[in-house]
Amino acid sequence: MSFLIGDEMTGGYGGADILHDCTVSVERGEIAVVVGPNGAGKSTAMKAMFGMLDLRAGKVMFDGEDITNLKPQDRVLKGMGFVPQNSNVFTSMTVAENLEMGAFIRRDDIAETMDQVYGLFPILHEKRFQPAGELSGGQRQQVAVGRALMTKPKVLMLDEPTAGVSPIVMDELFDRIIEVARTGIAILMVEQNAKQALNIADKGFVLVQGENRYTDTGAALMANPNVRKAFLGG
Amino acid sequence: MADILNPLVILANFILVPGLAYGSQLALGALGVTLIYSVLRFSNFAHGETMAFGAMITILVTWWLQSAGVSIAPLPTALLALPVGILGTIALCLTTDRLVYRYYREQKASPVTYLIVSVGVMFITGGVIRFIIGPNDQLFGDGARFIMKARAFKQITGLNEGLAIKTSQGVTVITAVIVVAAVFWFLNRTRTGKSMRAFSDNEDLALLSGINPDRVVMIAWIITAALATIAGTLYGLDKSFKPFVYLQLLLPIFAAAIVGGVGSPVGAIAGGFVIAFSELIITFAYKRVVTYLLPESMAPEGLVQFLSTDYKFAVSFFILVIVLLVKPTGIFSGKSI
Repeated sequence: MSFLIGDEMTGGYGGADILHDCTVSVERGEIAVVVGPNGAGKSTAMKAMFGMLDLRAGKVMFDGEDITNLKPQDRVLKGMGFVPQNSNVFTSMTVAENLEMGAFIRRDDIAETMDQVYGLFPILHEKRFQPAGELSGGQRQQVAVGRALMTKPKVLMLDEPTAGVSPIVMDELFDRIIEVARTGIAILMVEQNAKQALNIADKGFVLVQGENRYTDTGAALMANPNVRKAFLGG
Repeated sequence: MADILNPLVILANFILVPGLAYGSQLALGALGVTLIYSVLRFSNFAHGETMAFGAMITILVTWWLQSAGVSIAPLPTALLALPVGILGTIALCLTTDRLVYRYYREQKASPVTYLIVSVGVMFITGGVIRFIIGPNDQLFGDGARFIMKARAFKQITGLNEGLAIKTSQGVTVITAVIVVAAVFWFLNRTRTGKSMRAFSDNEDLALLSGINPDRVVMIAWIITAALATIAGTLYGLDKSFKPFVYLQLLLPIFAAAIVGGVGSPVGAIAGGFVIAFSELIITFAYKRVVTYLLPESMAPEGLVQFLSTDYKFAVSFFILVIVLLVKPTGIFSGKSI
């Protein structure tokens, strides 16, 4: 049994089903990437695993526990962190306040975790008294990831962390994400930049129309001629 | 020299001092409106009646204290009664939230629905107030009436014109400074205050961070109730307490919140003073000021008044329309409405 697994999930936002028996999973210290064409249900699968939509069938297991019916807030308490794709920072609040709010559920001293986040993203330390809304796109993503890390999650879910940032910033973000994974946190992310994402992935899930099309290691998917032709531009 | 000082004293006496006091009252009122708008995301039209309710409880307790012979002269006894007024108003706000607003929150009602609901709450609260204390003027101010009397000022300075500062005006400004400082300290320095700002900034992300929305809403009501009671009592001390007047205050208070930028606490305070001074500057009769400055032959015959004081609410309305046309987000760029 995987550390976090959305098992044969079926469901949508109330209307027609978007996910059909879709399975996504990730292990501790591993990076799992969900790729696929637009409208494949990548983000939906991620949201389903975080409890942001109701599943008609299937279940979500986390650390051996069935969490299918937990609210997102309760999943945060269990040790899941989520970085949404859009509006993922408190724009009117400073970087430091953003991190502090990320740690809202914690009652212990957060200074150490904050230092770890600053160590991971040195630019945030420099800009800690600046409102997050004034930062560049790449820096905002760092704030968003940092905010999610403040709860010391066991699994970090990222919804297109590199959307709208330059290729250089994207590479840097991926480097940081690998660093986070090395600390033993499971990372599950949805990516548009399929090639780069599969390059760093231990495991890849190619979704098409809400169904699993290919599931393999990142390297194997990169080497698979069918996947290359259909999803990675040859 | 006296030719310059005398008109300046007139302006200070009739515009600066009353403007500071009235501006503080509007600022406290607008701060409450802005807080509710930030957290519950609707325009609370019942705010004027909340102020009247708070003032009413304070007045009832003041009367009781006065009859018991308690006094903190030269300060008005009402200050002593204020905490009870605040507690009563907190109870009112939390009860209405529980009985009325919570239902619409669960329905995820649109802001327009909320607004109409708050108008209903306004009428009910207004009815309760008239039922308890009646629609008439009530006197409850006591203690020293003046910090500085006009005659004493004339004697000290030797000028023709006097400058009077009422105790209620001094108390208003000082209380407002303390309260505003406390609110800002709370919002910017405490964990709970920051969580309120986070909730106002991005509700979904606040939920993902584990911030409890019910708690944020409850604290917003508690602070709003305290602000409304303080603003209502200070206004009653300064002018007089008449339930109907608080309904009329709604317009300048909303104008203040919108001019400053709805959702921006700094804006609410700035807006309060902008509205207060605009009202006074436009409705003041400048005849005596002009008489001092011009040679006798050019002395004006009329009052040299832009608008009669009867139209003072037109001033806030006019400013409101201009702001909504030119910069709908207000001076401090709050949320556009």
